[in-house]
Amino acid sequence: MLSVGHMGTLLARRAAAALLSTGSARMMASHGHEVSQQTDMSLPMYWDRLDTPLPDKPHQEQLSATDQALKRKETGPWTQLTKEEKIALYRLMFDKTYAEMKKPTNEWKTVIGGILFFIGLTGLVVLWQTHYVYPPAPRTFDPEWQAQQVKRMLDMRVGPVEGFSSKWDYEKGQWK
Amino acid sequence: MFRAAVRLSVSGVRSLTRSRPQYAAPLAARCYSHGKQETDEEFDARWVSYFSKPDIDAWELRKGMNTLIGYDLVPEPKILEAALRACRRLNDLGSAIRILEAVKDKAGPHKEIYPYLIQELRPTLNELGISTPEELGIDKA
Repeated sequence: MLSVGHMGTLLARRAAAALLSTGSARMMASHGHEVSQQTDMSLPMYWDRLDTPLPDKPHQEQLSATDQALKRKETGPWTQLTKEEKIALYRLMFDKTYAEMKKPTNEWKTVIGGILFFIGLTGLVVLWQTHYVYPPAPRTFDPEWQAQQVKRMLDMRVGPVEGFSSKWDYEKGQWK
Repeated sequence: MFRAAVRLSVSGVRSLTRSRPQYAAPLAARCYSHGKQETDEEFDARWVSYFSKPDIDAWELRKGMNTLIGYDLVPEPKILEAALRACRRLNDLGSAIRILEAVKDKAGPHKEIYPYLIQELRPTLNELGISTPEELGIDKA
């Protein structure tokens, strides 16, 4: 469906939109530069994983002259390497040690803090609403109305066996 | 002492200083439709001979180690010794240290396993000149 002619007009339209430089068109033109880097999963990768200790490739593949010399020394007896050289060889091969991989991030504190913050914010919003948004309460909430309502419920013996009226002592005229 | 690799998923694994942990019950409970089940000794021997290949290449070392670490067990010292010697043939000290870190992590909460492994591997470590992560100070973040 997309013949050469169609492609030409589509591209022309896109170029024109980019040139017109309206807000949205500008974003469209520059969008390509802002996309984050995507890893090519078809190539050998490096990774730091506790359950897969040896990745496809070393952490550092571009070696400086000192590193290359160290790598040559690695082909000889390792007993001749100093501690620092051994650490350097490890770091050429790997980025994070297991200890560094397992280090706690304290992310949970941010999560809990965020949750509590937004609950609090919601509480403030509700408070404001009760003052500025809600209509006045119905008259059925007035204490006088509530008292008359209770008297009416007792008079008609609501829940006489185990419910409401069973809690009222009709002889003494008070709650049990 | 224990000849078999320790199955970590068995709950209530007892102290490893006792003689040969009895894991016969869970193993016998598996229902294979056919074929013999590999013994611990056969498993160990297979892995030792894998890493002992004289011309093992880097890919095979990585594949072997990553597969081994994927199993629900801590490898026997003899398997690790073969793997460390393979690192030596490949002139890869970094991977040798990484293997020690990995098996320490595999032991999980059973903190007595790793010192035992190092104790058993000590002659090999000294011979090849491999320092443990603790000796290099990279065992703490």
